[in-house]
Amino acid sequence: MANLADLKIGEKGEIVGFTDELLSLKLLEMGCLPGTEVILTHLAPFGDPIAIRVSGSYTLSMRREEAETMLIKRT
Amino acid sequence: MSKTPKIALIGNPNAGKSSLFNSLTGLNQKTGNFPGVTMEKLTGIWELEPKRPVEILDLPGIYSIYPKSIDEELVINILGDPKHPDFPDMAIVVADASNLKRNLLLFSQVRDLGIPTVLALNMIDVAESEGYVINSIKLARELNVEVAEVNAKKGIGLNGLKLSVIKTLQNRFASNDALPLPVSDEVIQEVQANFGEAEIYRSLLWLMEHDHMKMFDKKQRETFDAIKSKHHFSSKKYQSEETVKRYEQITEVVDRCVINLNRQWDAVPVRTWTDRLDKFFLHPVGGYVFFLAILFVMFQAVFTWATYPMDLIDGGVAALNDWLKGVLPDSALTALLTDGLIAGIGGVLIFIPQIAFLFLFISLLEETGYMSRVMFIMDKLMRRFGLNGKSVVPLISGVACAVPAIMSTRSIGSWKDRLITILVTPLMSCSARLPIYTVLIALVVPEKNTLFGLFNLQGVALFGLYLLGFFMALVSAWVMKIILQAKEKSYFIMELPTYKGPRFKHVAMTIFNSVNAFVFEAGKIIVAISIVLWVLASYGPGDEIAQSEAQIRLENPTLQGVGLQNKISADKLEHSYAGHFGHFVEPAIRPLGYDWKIGIALITSFAAREVFVGTMSTIYSMGGEVDDENATIKNRMRAEINPATGKPMYDAALGFSLLIFYAFAMQCMSTLATTYRETKSWKYPLIQFSYMTALAYLSAFAVYQWLS
Ligand SMILES: Nc1nc2c(ncn2[C@@H]2O[C@H](COP(=O)(O)OP(=O)(O)OP(=O)(O)O)[C@@H](O)[C@H]2O)c(=O)[nH]1
Ligand SMILES: [Mg+2]
Repeated sequence: MANLADLKIGEKGEIVGFTDELLSLKLLEMGCLPGTEVILTHLAPFGDPIAIRVSGSYTLSMRREEAETMLIKRT
Repeated sequence: MSKTPKIALIGNPNAGKSSLFNSLTGLNQKTGNFPGVTMEKLTGIWELEPKRPVEILDLPGIYSIYPKSIDEELVINILGDPKHPDFPDMAIVVADASNLKRNLLLFSQVRDLGIPTVLALNMIDVAESEGYVINSIKLARELNVEVAEVNAKKGIGLNGLKLSVIKTLQNRFASNDALPLPVSDEVIQEVQANFGEAEIYRSLLWLMEHDHMKMFDKKQRETFDAIKSKHHFSSKKYQSEETVKRYEQITEVVDRCVINLNRQWDAVPVRTWTDRLDKFFLHPVGGYVFFLAILFVMFQAVFTWATYPMDLIDGGVAALNDWLKGVLPDSALTALLTDGLIAGIGGVLIFIPQIAFLFLFISLLEETGYMSRVMFIMDKLMRRFGLNGKSVVPLISGVACAVPAIMSTRSIGSWKDRLITILVTPLMSCSARLPIYTVLIALVVPEKNTLFGLFNLQGVALFGLYLLGFFMALVSAWVMKIILQAKEKSYFIMELPTYKGPRFKHVAMTIFNSVNAFVFEAGKIIVAISIVLWVLASYGPGDEIAQSEAQIRLENPTLQGVGLQNKISADKLEHSYAGHFGHFVEPAIRPLGYDWKIGIALITSFAAREVFVGTMSTIYSMGGEVDDENATIKNRMRAEINPATGKPMYDAALGFSLLIFYAFAMQCMSTLATTYRETKSWKYPLIQFSYMTALAYLSAFAVYQWLS
């Protein structure tokens, strides 16, 4: 299954789940719910961290290893 | 009502709580366009109606009532504990209207805690520009609260907010007695049987977050844990399901009350200013280049542009002293006033232009939202050294002062990252080092243009010292990363706010306040130490001073006039208490190239390094040549002769040795006290003091031996 870190700049996905319970709590309360649309918008130098647009409303940055815990479906 | 009602400002990080606080109270709480500016609570008074003040409490931002870092814990400790002295009578939940859903999550939790709540829709201007149309009347009805639209930055909509607050204070607030998600009645009953009646949701909060709440002791925590395991209650599971459930309800409400015009017709997102700027600022190469360029301009400003006003101040102080010396009788008291006090204060005043520039740049970085981009592009690099992208804020603001910088580490979620950041932040060259750098660089670095005439060599030297501090901070962090073992994982989940134009009034106020604090705080210490030093340098044990004068006259029967006076005053200083202290430490600092006079300065600047320049000017004015009227501290030091070689004392070897020493040494009581407060242990300030002093001593030693 694809995770958020697999996306390329400009690609879209829909969140389907999480693999890390603790991180998922943080991500959930920041509005990354299953079913939410995310777009990869920026990569920092060396490709880490990354920035995503969450359901078109704001930009969230996280490290690559954190992005790997977010499972997505490409859309 | 007899007692003043307390109103807490609650909201997501960067929602504009502190801006609203400033608008309501007229105070000047620090704001900035990145999450995690406010780290401490602050109270102010808001005149709700004539003769009806309320107390307003500004707090750090939180995303939910389940804390994930220390600054967030502070809020929960207040909201969760009705016996807390700061427990509010009501809350204003400040929501960023351009991101309503996420902001309403917290709102719904605060309301369920049973705290009377008003919803302030802030950043209405941003929401409008992004195409949102919010029906706040409908929203108020759906959520069953008073809603007020405000623009905290411009202070618009405050009357509406006033009305909402008055209404909410009058009416009995109907607290919501249902839980977002059901739990078994027995769990709640057991919590309430042990810990007293409370709103159900509050009881549940206690059960889940007791570990982070100071109101419970160890025994009570064990009781909570027992209840949890007896009923197989998992906090994490509940929290995650609760969040999903709340978002479902919120989405329904928001869909009924908000439409977005930009998204009505097609799915093509509008390219905002922020997107365009980020293309450039977050570019893999361009982003770094731009960041370096900003830093470089900042240092050129501090060193080159600031020199014009500095020369004016310098000349003014010297002229004032000349004039005073002319009109006042020639006495010891006059010398204390002119050479001690006024020279000391002048030593502070002269740095106003540089400090103003420094704060101008830092507050622009913070106000525009660029600071969080720096965190983003630096995270990977910082991680290599055991730090965190968020360490960039303390490191950059450490250039101004380490005390607020260390406090700003609270938003770093991981304890290890945070501890390392705290320990290395004082290696960044703070503004108190600037005077020392300036004076010493002027002595040992020639003033000429270099690199194709583009840069001022002294400016480059100054830039080099700042870079050196930064690299030493990285290296120390790297060593600590290896020594300190922690299994805990750090994370970097952070919102990147949209860019916002700086408010020039706010920037001006920030500069004014910082300069003010520098002049008065540093000024007080400098004046106090100047006086003590003057006394210590004028008197000595027994009759040593009197004897030394007689001795000199005896030994140099031919010497007369100015020559004799010079010899006597130099000898007097040497036999004074201060001279004795200096001689006492001399053996230890000899290898670094320092004599007993510098030893005196090292001792006085132990508690606060900003007194170095003042001390030097006192010492050299007392023990130096009498005829060098209106001499500035720079000229006095330049004229100093090394008795051993007969050459100028302040040559490159000594100058650089001192520069390095002051760059690395931990000479600031306030910083040590802050480290103690932030780590809650004497161990860490002690480590900080020892490693920095050792680093300073060894590096200065190496530099002196290499250059001489
Ligand atoms: N355009 C606009 N900007 C605003 C408004 N209110 C606040 N801001 C800006 O938003 C940024 C954040 O404001 P703060 O008041 O520092 O936010 P805060 O909620 O105290 O943030 P933390 O202390 O980090 O939790 C600042 O740059 C403000 O100038 C508003 O109504 N409109
Ligand atoms: Mg704030």
